[in-house]
Amino acid sequence: MASVVVEVMPKPEILDPQGKAISGGMSRLGFTGFGEVRQGKRFELEVEGEVTDEVLAQAREAAEKLLSNPVIENVVAVRAVEEA
Amino acid sequence: MTAVATEPTIAEAGAESGVSIGVVTFPGTLDDRDAARAVRLAGAKPVNLWHADSTLAGVDGVILPGGFSYGDYLRCGAIAGFAPIMDAVVSAANAGMPVLGICNGFQILCESHLLPGALIRNDHQHFVCRDQELVVENTNTAWTGDYSQGQTIRIPLKNGEGGFVATDEVLDELEGSGRVVFRYQGLNPNGSLRDIAGITNEAGNVVGLMPHPEHAVEAGFGPEDGGGIDGQGFFSSAVRTLVRG
Repeated sequence: MASVVVEVMPKPEILDPQGKAISGGMSRLGFTGFGEVRQGKRFELEVEGEVTDEVLAQAREAAEKLLSNPVIENVVAVRAVEEA
Repeated sequence: MTAVATEPTIAEAGAESGVSIGVVTFPGTLDDRDAARAVRLAGAKPVNLWHADSTLAGVDGVILPGGFSYGDYLRCGAIAGFAPIMDAVVSAANAGMPVLGICNGFQILCESHLLPGALIRNDHQHFVCRDQELVVENTNTAWTGDYSQGQTIRIPLKNGEGGFVATDEVLDELEGSGRVVFRYQGLNPNGSLRDIAGITNEAGNVVGLMPHPEHAVEAGFGPEDGGGIDGQGFFSSAVRTLVRG
């Protein structure tokens, strides 16, 4: 089944307390090679049939209207993933 | 004994004129009963509204209460912001109906674009539950007319995602136009920018805030300090607004 993947990240200027907590957990576990961690979201939208331009356009609209909140988040990717 | 004619209280006037205020229940809403009780104590008739309804059943005002609508999946208030009843709430709000969003209800108002900005996870990463002092900075809204400018009130606050954020331009605009209705006093409990606890729309009929006035409307059940009834003014203000028409 083909799908569209949408990725959403908190805007760089918006505080990300979840990322901060994860970063604390990372260093407690000894993963010290990393600085700040930011947490985003990945959505997989199943598509019946082909991922046409129209389907992608709809996914982009959904990403802006529902899947992200433009006040605090950026949509960083909307892309087709074909069947394996 | 002779009867002395007295001015009716606002609660009596509300009951007399049949003012009704709807309280919307979404799946996961928690504070709808307390909100309905606050409405009743203010003399108006609370009307239960359901998220899947498409009309407002003829109510004069609407409260979106606190809780975790739709499990707060995706983002707090995001799914509720597009619930069937919200079409009716948004049109009524745009036509001037008094609408109050408390906590999750504030998040829903932001997600449905009736109010600007957004609420994010508390900066200290913890859920917070405390009696919170607020300064009332705008008494010209449908929900704050019974307070005095600069008055300090103490009502409960309980949230995990109550940090109010917006761009500097939006914050400047809110402050410049007097649309910051409440500011946290003494302590900023969640990292809200510029200590903002609650805001209103341009017309002043839509108000959203994180703290909970509906939990401070009856002596003995609200915060112990300060009498515990500082939240009453929200509901009496709305009744007064609606009685006056």
